[in-house]
Amino acid sequence: MSWLRRVPGLGDPPLLGLMILMTGLGIAMIYSAGQVEVRSIATGIWVRQSAWFLVAAVAFIVMSRLPLRFLEWLAPWLYGLSLGLLVLVLFIGTGPQGSWLELGPGRLQPAEVAKLGTILMLARLLSGREQEFRGLSQLVKPVAIVLVPFALVLLQPDLGSAIIFGVILIAALFWVGVPLIKIFLLISPAFSLLLGFNWIVWGIWFLIVAAFLYVHRPFILESVSVILANFAAGALTLRLWNSLAEYQQDRLLVFMNPEVDPQGSGWHLIQSKVAIGSGGLFGQGFASGPQKRLAFLPEQHTDFIFSVVGEELGFLGVLFFLVLFALLLWRILRIATDSSDDFGSTITFCLFGVLFAHLVVNLGMTVGLLPITGLPLPLISYGGSFLLLLYAGFGTIQRVASEP
Amino acid sequence: MRSESQRLELRRRRGGMAGAAVLITLSLLAVAFFRLQILSGNQYALQSEENRLRAISLPAPRGTIYDRNGRVVAENVPGYVVSILPGPRDTVAATLERLADRLELSLERREDLLGRNRARPNESLVVHDDASFEQVAFIEARRPRFRRVVVEAQPQRRYPNGPPVAHIIGYVSEINERELALPRYEGYEAGRTIGKDGLEAQYEALLAGDRGVRYVEVNALGSIVREFDVGSGQPAIPGNDLQLGLDLDLQVYADSIFPEGMRGGVVALDPHTGEVVLAYSHPTFDPNRFIGGIPGDLWNALRDDPDKPMLNRVSTAAYPPGSTWKLVMSAIGMKRGHLAIDTYLQHTCRGGLSYGNRFFRCWNSAGHGGLDLSGAIKNSCNVYFYQTGQRIGLDPMLEDVQALGFGQRTGIDLPFEIAGIFPPSREWFNEQYGRRGWTESVVWNLSIGQGENQQSLLGMAQFYAALATGQSPIRPHFARDENLAGRRVDWRLDLSEARRYELVDALARVVNEPGGTAYSQRLDRWTLAGKTGTAQNPHGAPHSWFVGFAPAYDPRVVVAAVVEQGHPDGQPSLAVPLASRVVDRFLESIAAPIEERPGARPVVPPPADVVVSSPSVGSP
Repeated sequence: MSWLRRVPGLGDPPLLGLMILMTGLGIAMIYSAGQVEVRSIATGIWVRQSAWFLVAAVAFIVMSRLPLRFLEWLAPWLYGLSLGLLVLVLFIGTGPQGSWLELGPGRLQPAEVAKLGTILMLARLLSGREQEFRGLSQLVKPVAIVLVPFALVLLQPDLGSAIIFGVILIAALFWVGVPLIKIFLLISPAFSLLLGFNWIVWGIWFLIVAAFLYVHRPFILESVSVILANFAAGALTLRLWNSLAEYQQDRLLVFMNPEVDPQGSGWHLIQSKVAIGSGGLFGQGFASGPQKRLAFLPEQHTDFIFSVVGEELGFLGVLFFLVLFALLLWRILRIATDSSDDFGSTITFCLFGVLFAHLVVNLGMTVGLLPITGLPLPLISYGGSFLLLLYAGFGTIQRVASEP
Repeated sequence: MRSESQRLELRRRRGGMAGAAVLITLSLLAVAFFRLQILSGNQYALQSEENRLRAISLPAPRGTIYDRNGRVVAENVPGYVVSILPGPRDTVAATLERLADRLELSLERREDLLGRNRARPNESLVVHDDASFEQVAFIEARRPRFRRVVVEAQPQRRYPNGPPVAHIIGYVSEINERELALPRYEGYEAGRTIGKDGLEAQYEALLAGDRGVRYVEVNALGSIVREFDVGSGQPAIPGNDLQLGLDLDLQVYADSIFPEGMRGGVVALDPHTGEVVLAYSHPTFDPNRFIGGIPGDLWNALRDDPDKPMLNRVSTAAYPPGSTWKLVMSAIGMKRGHLAIDTYLQHTCRGGLSYGNRFFRCWNSAGHGGLDLSGAIKNSCNVYFYQTGQRIGLDPMLEDVQALGFGQRTGIDLPFEIAGIFPPSREWFNEQYGRRGWTESVVWNLSIGQGENQQSLLGMAQFYAALATGQSPIRPHFARDENLAGRRVDWRLDLSEARRYELVDALARVVNEPGGTAYSQRLDRWTLAGKTGTAQNPHGAPHSWFVGFAPAYDPRVVVAAVVEQGHPDGQPSLAVPLASRVVDRFLESIAAPIEERPGARPVVPPPADVVVSSPSVGSP
């Protein structure tokens, strides 16, 4: 295996192996998802995913060859380009939520490009900081960098991607050593937004935030802005809720109680649980899960691909996939920890955060622990742009690993 | 300022935290999957089955109904039921829309069906239960558009000779919401076909059979994908056949000879078994048109027809019995010792008789002169029977008529039979007209089968069966069944055989002696015995009656016929030829021994009483 080490830009061969193995498994599951008894767009789509895999492999190789310093230089340009694409997609976007750009033979989701651009931009800004973090005011710039693409994807509206941008920000701040309490205060308005539905719950939350502020005694300006932000968020909740698209409201409501509308919005969740549950220990057998076969499973090739895994491969299959994901995350985390390059390390950890968030949100949704947000399962779900982003990211990670 | 080592230390700590977060979260997810797949696995597996399996019920063919000669009265022919699988309301509604044109579903009918779907969202919705081959072909040719539509071969009811048997056979149709709630239809599901009237309703439990079930695998759109594991279904169990004592040929014959444009009915019984061999009501309708849903306009037309074609005039209608009643009076008079067959009464017939300041007419205004009982029966003399009633007296008469079963149902195996009407007691008159509102003269009217006296064809036939056989009559019934053949009424004539034969002689004279009221309709091979009747009624011309039996001294059949307003002044009575021809036809069909001298008592008389003594009654 030592010859692998000599491939330029390839710093961690086991990670490469995991990546290819999981992509292969993903294509197999997409193939299975297409084995249905009614006409479905999922039929034969595994071929397209395989094609995307080849494109992604090119991106992987290119990214693994790019020196980190070049990437650091490239970051603002890529960031600027992705913001441009995000604006563009608002006007000429296609697809169900208008989040695709038609690009000759394929489609591109600018949100995926923007995630990479934002990660690079954040890493560039935050790395090489010599000072300790003192006040929230120091966070204005990184927050601003994330807030712009966050707002743009929310306009599409793409709730799932917006969440990922939030995750990227938190991951970056966390990795460069911003104190946890500061991160907590920074994201506290988001909780206010969630809890604003109920004045009593929100009131309790508000007191908790106030107590934190009292104990930690940050600067007056910070305290005031945190309080105001929480207050504003709580007050905005209902207005924001009303501005959500109906299907988004439905998804949140249905998460609270899937039985509300078993034939409508609750359908996805119930059918997903039925499919997974009926898999039992050993599953119904590859490509032969009846729930999927008879089209009871919605989005079985994208967001709900893991329901197919659960139904057809059973609990043992699920455990196998979970272990693979744990290994993947562990390798990436190790590279982030071991790298002496701040920029590279931050990028790696942000990608770790993105992967982890996707994993948790997707699987949580599949088993009914979290609301349906439409985030694909990394490497397994069908989706070219996301695979491209992942492979580009993995290329960078390999590069980081090779530049110790 | 952070040193390099501080930075590494920070990375290590944060990396550890992130790693721990990954482990904890993935473990939590694993636990969630464990709960779903292992702990609740069975429950979800079951739900998955329910998801994809649909039960389709298989209709059971109804039993065939045969007549006494093995001819088919009701049978099954291939037919198709079209139904829609359960599913989301909008989809069902859309499917209905698409079927509407071809299956002739009115807007009203569609709304009705959708309402039923709302009430029972988990059952297949029967849209049409007698679709034609063309309609089914239309659906099958467009299968992809009608994936939720199930077409089942369901045997359809057909009555090869519908109109002649309409009133007794009844008809079958889809069960309605009200019937579904009845205990007798427990276990029935919506859309099922049941007997609605007549024998189809009476013998529903016997004829229906048990539905089967088959399972199909459906996809999320509710479309059938394939048959599921053939062994797991249950085949339908066909209903039992029903054997009738009815003579289908005789029904058809009665239908063909019934006086055109008239209303009425004719019934014939086998007096030895109680079997109904003929029960025909006119006008009639075609029950085949009721199958698969009665068209609204047809139903309205039948209901509003002044001739009431749906009324069963054999068992659910009652008429004043007129002179046919005189035999009841004769029997009571003889039993009570007021009369013998050769008794002359005080007043001879001069066209009528005065009671107080009222004059009660005889039908023959010229008067019959002096008659004994036999002659009075032969000539149907009212004056004689006014006096008979007078002799018997009101209270004994009321008592004896009740004792002879009038006022009760015969207990025939048909739904909705009505009982005859006869005042049960003196109190009845008091209640009806007040204590001073009536006089004993009611006896006179009652005696000649008028007044507060209305009987069904079936009731009269039953009484004449008693006269014909001298035994307690067997309750009339359609089904050939030992139990039914053993059900006798709890009364008998209470006349000696000799007395009874004297009455039979008189009835034979009515038909077979010149001057008898039915002489023109005598048979040339058998002795028909019977009594004509001409019943006054408020609707117009008198009703024409004939009740009798044949052969008189070896009775094989009892017949009762009525033609409403069938005896206008100066015209022949229409019921007599009807009854006479029916009897002739029936006796021929059973090859009854032909008599050498019809009309005469056989040379060797049947067992007679040892002592023949007429009670001494005053002669005129």
